[in-house]
Amino acid sequence: MHNGTGAGGRALRLIEPLTRPGSLRSRRSRVRQVSRAAIAHAAVVTAAAVCCAALAVFLLLPLVALLSTAPPHAVIAALRDGETLTALGLSLRASALALTLTIVIGTPAAYFIATRRFPGRRAVLTAVELPIVLPPAVAGLALLSAFGPEGLAGGALSAVGIRLPFTFGAVVVASMFVASPLYIRNAIASFEQVDRRLIDAARNLGASELRAFLRVAAPIAMPGLTASAAIATARALGEFGATLMFAGSLRGSTQTAAIAIYERFASDTTAAFALSIALLALAAGLLAAAKLHSASAGLASISRR
Amino acid sequence: MKEALSRCAPPFGREEGANVALAFAGSDELAAQIRQGASIDVYASANTQLPRALHSEGRLSRSVAFATNELVIATRRPSSIHSLTDLTKKGVRLVLGSPSVPHGAYARTLLARLPAATRRAVFANVRSNEPDVKSTVGKLLTGAADAGFVYASDVRAAHGKLAALRLPPRLRPRVVYAAGIAWRSRAPRLARAFLRDLRFGRCQRALRQAGFGPPPNRNKQ
Repeated sequence: MHNGTGAGGRALRLIEPLTRPGSLRSRRSRVRQVSRAAIAHAAVVTAAAVCCAALAVFLLLPLVALLSTAPPHAVIAALRDGETLTALGLSLRASALALTLTIVIGTPAAYFIATRRFPGRRAVLTAVELPIVLPPAVAGLALLSAFGPEGLAGGALSAVGIRLPFTFGAVVVASMFVASPLYIRNAIASFEQVDRRLIDAARNLGASELRAFLRVAAPIAMPGLTASAAIATARALGEFGATLMFAGSLRGSTQTAAIAIYERFASDTTAAFALSIALLALAAGLLAAAKLHSASAGLASISRR
Repeated sequence: MKEALSRCAPPFGREEGANVALAFAGSDELAAQIRQGASIDVYASANTQLPRALHSEGRLSRSVAFATNELVIATRRPSSIHSLTDLTKKGVRLVLGSPSVPHGAYARTLLARLPAATRRAVFANVRSNEPDVKSTVGKLLTGAADAGFVYASDVRAAHGKLAALRLPPRLRPRVVYAAGIAWRSRAPRLARAFLRDLRFGRCQRALRQAGFGPPPNRNKQ
């Protein structure tokens, strides 16, 4: 029931004044002394500024609008609510566990991938990044078809008495599946930036591979590692689709903050907005931490030279 | 609902020379979107409470019932669950809709009619409160859950992969679907025509084919 041509006509009218050659030519004749290059430059700068402003409005307006939906005291009241706290606590616990596992398993793997050249390395790098670009619903179905009761590994898991769906473990697995690639990808990049000669020097001075990693590579890459850990945590905290499909939603055992927001949206909109603001603040904090660390990473690499 | 309306809405649109855009979600979710100002013409809900609430808030016309459904226990074929009391067995993985979504509310209405001990045993087996009926069915189809409370029409839509256990009539909640026209509809004439079609026309026939029951009476709710 929507009239498509009307919108198209509007869009055309918007573009017209910028591209009509007549107006440009008449302006040129009026200001002869200004060179063509200067006009072209001004046009490019103006266009770029307009683009930046439009982008800023588009990206920031929803976030500012979100902040305006609930006054601070409502946010605090919502956070005092037992059920909201339970969901937030569950998200934090699941993310912390997912992050710990990711760091313990992912850091050595990232170091290995970053420092070795082996056949199929590019394929491995691509595979690591795949879950990042996967739609959450696809990730959820993928997890079910792998670790669900009838999944590829489901039989093996149930043989050892593990049944993942509807458990806290499933929340951790879903968070880790979507968030760990962010950490690992950036960890590989951080280790790749470590000057190979420093590691070689340590090895020549008699340090073992492990010692070279712990005393040379890891400290140099540390700012990058911390930043990527912060980003991965933020992603894990926000996980929604895959968790809902794989772990379901039960208060206190699988209902994360993101799922609680979705559920409240229909029943208690104020609480949903308040919890959203809390998650926004948390994500902003993690992002700021990541940025501070990458800034110090930049300083470290400059001071090395 | 999705299958039936997706089939009957396009021909309705062609006849009326209009393009019918359909959006499906949990009834409570859709109601929340309307409260947030979503521009819609017709709202159809799996209960009568939500349209009535929207009507009293001045967002929707008086609603009319257009279909009925039956809450059932859905299980996968084959299953060891054959009755309501089987849901009390330890280790049964049961999924409900969340309390705010109609199929979850209906299930709770039904469970409230059970003796306290039985009710507690059933609730102890609940593994998830799903936000809509599709994700509830999904949990059954993937084998994650053993049983769930959904509508008879959902079991039919699963093409034989699920079995429906009918509930005793004295426990069964009345599942009535109602629809209304948004006060801010920009196409009220079309909206009224669609509502008529939903009750008496092509969409009503599509609903019946999909396993929905006729509206409880042909008068206003």
